Amino acid sequence: MSDTALNDKPRHAGFLKNNLREYGMLISLFAIMIFFEVVTNGTLMRPLNLTNLVLQNSYIVIMALGMLLVIVTGHIDLSVGSVAGFIGAVAAVLMVKFDVHYIPATLICLALGGLIGAAQGYWVAYFKIPSFIVTLAGMLVFKGLALAILAGQSVGPFPPTFQKLSSGFIPELVPDAGTLYPTSLAVGALLALALVWLNFRGRARQEAHHVETEPYGFFVAKNVALFGIITYFAYLIASHRGMPNVLVIMTALIALYAFVTTRTTIGRQIYAVGGNEKAAKLSGIKTERLTFLTFVNMGVLAALAGLVFAARLNTATPKAGLGFELDVIAACFIGGASAYGGVGRVGGAVIGALIMGVMNNGMSILGIGIDYQQVIKGLVLLGAVCLDVYNQRRA
Amino acid sequence: MNALLEMQGISKHFAGVKALSDVTFAVRPGEIHALVGENGAGKSTLMKVLSGVYPHGSYDGAIVFDGEERRFSDINASESLGIIIIHQELALVPLLSIAENIFIANPPGRFGIIDRGAVHRRTRELLAKVGLDESPDTLVTNIGVGKQQLVEIAKALSKKVRLLILDEPTASLSEKDSAALLDLLLEFKAQGIASILISHKLNEVSKVADRITVLRDGRTVDTLDCHDGAVEEDRIISKMVDRDLEHRYPKRQPTIGEPIFKVSNWSAYHPLHSDRQVIKNVDFEVRRGEIVGIAGLMGAGRTEFAMSIFGRAWGQKITGRAEMEGRPVDLSTVRRAIDAGLAYVTEDRKQLGLLLAEDIRKNVTLANLPAIAPGRIIDDMKELRVASDYRGRMHIRCHSVFQETGKLSGGNQQKVVLSKWLFTDPKVLILDEPTRGIDVGAKYEIYCIINELADAGKGVVVISSEMPELLGICDRICVMNEGAFVGEFAGTEASQEKIMRAIMRKGEQRPMEALA
Repeated sequence: MSDTALNDKPRHAGFLKNNLREYGMLISLFAIMIFFEVVTNGTLMRPLNLTNLVLQNSYIVIMALGMLLVIVTGHIDLSVGSVAGFIGAVAAVLMVKFDVHYIPATLICLALGGLIGAAQGYWVAYFKIPSFIVTLAGMLVFKGLALAILAGQSVGPFPPTFQKLSSGFIPELVPDAGTLYPTSLAVGALLALALVWLNFRGRARQEAHHVETEPYGFFVAKNVALFGIITYFAYLIASHRGMPNVLVIMTALIALYAFVTTRTTIGRQIYAVGGNEKAAKLSGIKTERLTFLTFVNMGVLAALAGLVFAARLNTATPKAGLGFELDVIAACFIGGASAYGGVGRVGGAVIGALIMGVMNNGMSILGIGIDYQQVIKGLVLLGAVCLDVYNQRRA
Repeated sequence: MNALLEMQGISKHFAGVKALSDVTFAVRPGEIHALVGENGAGKSTLMKVLSGVYPHGSYDGAIVFDGEERRFSDINASESLGIIIIHQELALVPLLSIAENIFIANPPGRFGIIDRGAVHRRTRELLAKVGLDESPDTLVTNIGVGKQQLVEIAKALSKKVRLLILDEPTASLSEKDSAALLDLLLEFKAQGIASILISHKLNEVSKVADRITVLRDGRTVDTLDCHDGAVEEDRIISKMVDRDLEHRYPKRQPTIGEPIFKVSNWSAYHPLHSDRQVIKNVDFEVRRGEIVGIAGLMGAGRTEFAMSIFGRAWGQKITGRAEMEGRPVDLSTVRRAIDAGLAYVTEDRKQLGLLLAEDIRKNVTLANLPAIAPGRIIDDMKELRVASDYRGRMHIRCHSVFQETGKLSGGNQQKVVLSKWLFTDPKVLILDEPTRGIDVGAKYEIYCIINELADAGKGVVVISSEMPELLGICDRICVMNEGAFVGEFAGTEASQEKIMRAIMRKGEQRPMEALA
């Protein structure tokens, strides 16, 4: 056994080449950020703008986590924008018209999202109706329902505590700290430390089992950069109004989904279903149920995104959620997910969402009209996927 | 005699790997020339060079066809001279009709408007030539693989054919369909059309070929002339593998115990046609340490039988009783079947067996994730240990267990699938065509693994269309035809003739059964 494992020992040559794909996305994100930082004369990275960037994109990132799983199983969900808008409308009607307390209202909305996902997933998983068709129908249905329950009007404002979901910040423990929010900074730094610690622990485990590891120098540099970048962003965020609540939710969800997809049996099985459904089924995996569950999960996350978006606007409008699905799907594909299923990473989808977000934000600051913004985003999507396909062919 | 085709000193590199080196190969007019060799010996590469898939300039050497040197830039260039290749994977569109498939590239007509009458007429002529009695309007999806192969040949004949290249044409055909196809080749030969036949089935090769060229590791080893007296299969094999395979099947001293798995009165219906009973009240048992073969023609219901047992993976209205080690077991889902101690290795490892884009490690553990994931969280180091362990035990040739299974050879892929099922620690393994599309050396290794499993006290069921294989490794052979067992022989008593006779006898009885 140890003999064969030893054969898997380091062959550093070609390491970077093999992992270029993984870091390529991250490098692109930074390149785009630096580009806009320069052309906007430093506006992009200003604490105020950075906080805005997080708030503006939080709901896309949240939905991208669910969409990634749907895409990995080999499906698509076109209804998420409409569902998010519909749930926002339901929340508004519950809280504003019927005065329901925000906690039960939120729970009802999340459960409703799950139910919507279940309804769509049922047709896809058990009746084998193409998800494109089922969710296209769902897109129309929930867009219409949102319009109906709002009676074509905007409904608002939400109770102030509910608004905190989007516009609130974590409480500051240090009194009178001036312009800096030390608690937020500390949280960010702790997160960075935790990630670095996890990396070192993982490497130690790998080395103990003689698994090929990346070159040590590269590993250390990577972790120093990771720590530095996260702490720096935490510092920027902390020098505006502190860490937004929604950033905390988002980070927790990203960590959760990254863990589930890479380290749990259910994650492994989802990839197996997308990679070869028949083989997965003949290996004892309940493929239908997993597909069904990914849609339920997508529904809940779409509902959460709908709530976050409604809380941010402080009103539910019939137009809320319009076109979100396109940004979400684009984020997954830019992040390296395969349209054929079986391939895609949580980190990639998040980076994809951030690339889209930074471009939106940067182009808006530059005063580029919404018309050309769309043209550019479309070309970036196409370019990213082409590059991916090209890389895979070459490999 | 002047050669129709001469390939002189062909060499071809892929990114530093020499796929062909200095291969010489010649085909005489109107001969059937077989090209044999292990997987990876360079047969397909050589044919791709010939047909222009690898254009002139991407290889060294010369192709002389009809006495002139040819430099094909693409496949159209070789086709226009009448060199037509039929690939192993059929290139037919399932939901188009036979006629539409045959004339898919250039249908007769004017100004882009298809002359349907002419299409129909010419299709009928071509189908008559290949001896296929089907309407030109029949959809390709509605005819069997054997007939699809004939459609593919008819399609080739619609062009002007001088040299027909068939890449493993009988790999997925029953004995009967294979025989018909080979007869067709002989008929073409009488008409002066030369053929190159690539095949792993040496009995077929020695039956029809005029000459046999053996390739090994990208080189021509020898060209044998079949008219200088019969060429023995073992002589071809020893040339292919460069070692004397004294026995194609490893020897084993069976120790057979008590019955371990038993089904009785098992029946299943077609998944789409609920009134068609495909498996007809069958009884079957395997003993501990026994290797049982299931013989039968394509479509006899062998795979359907196995899959209906394995968690009802095929069919509907499945009834019957199953016992494992004397106790009744529930086989209603794949998971339950696995938990009961069954494992089923599918006949189609690429479509049904493997996650081709995933690495060896993830494939090996897929059917038994709980064993490496206490509390549903995967212990990646334990997983790695398991995978490395199987890699060593099964001699999976790869540079690491992180290698994608899609990039392995057929034999190594099959070993990965076997590893996956061994990791579920089954009591009974059903292996469906375990050596299909695998080269001779790897086959031997698979047989050794099968023997080890039986010696370890497991019950092994082998479904195979290659009768010599069943005769070589099985302790007992059951013959299936039309969804029922029609004969059973001890391994030592069985012969190809007896098996075929059992199948044919059943066929003769059918009208009487219908009356009763």
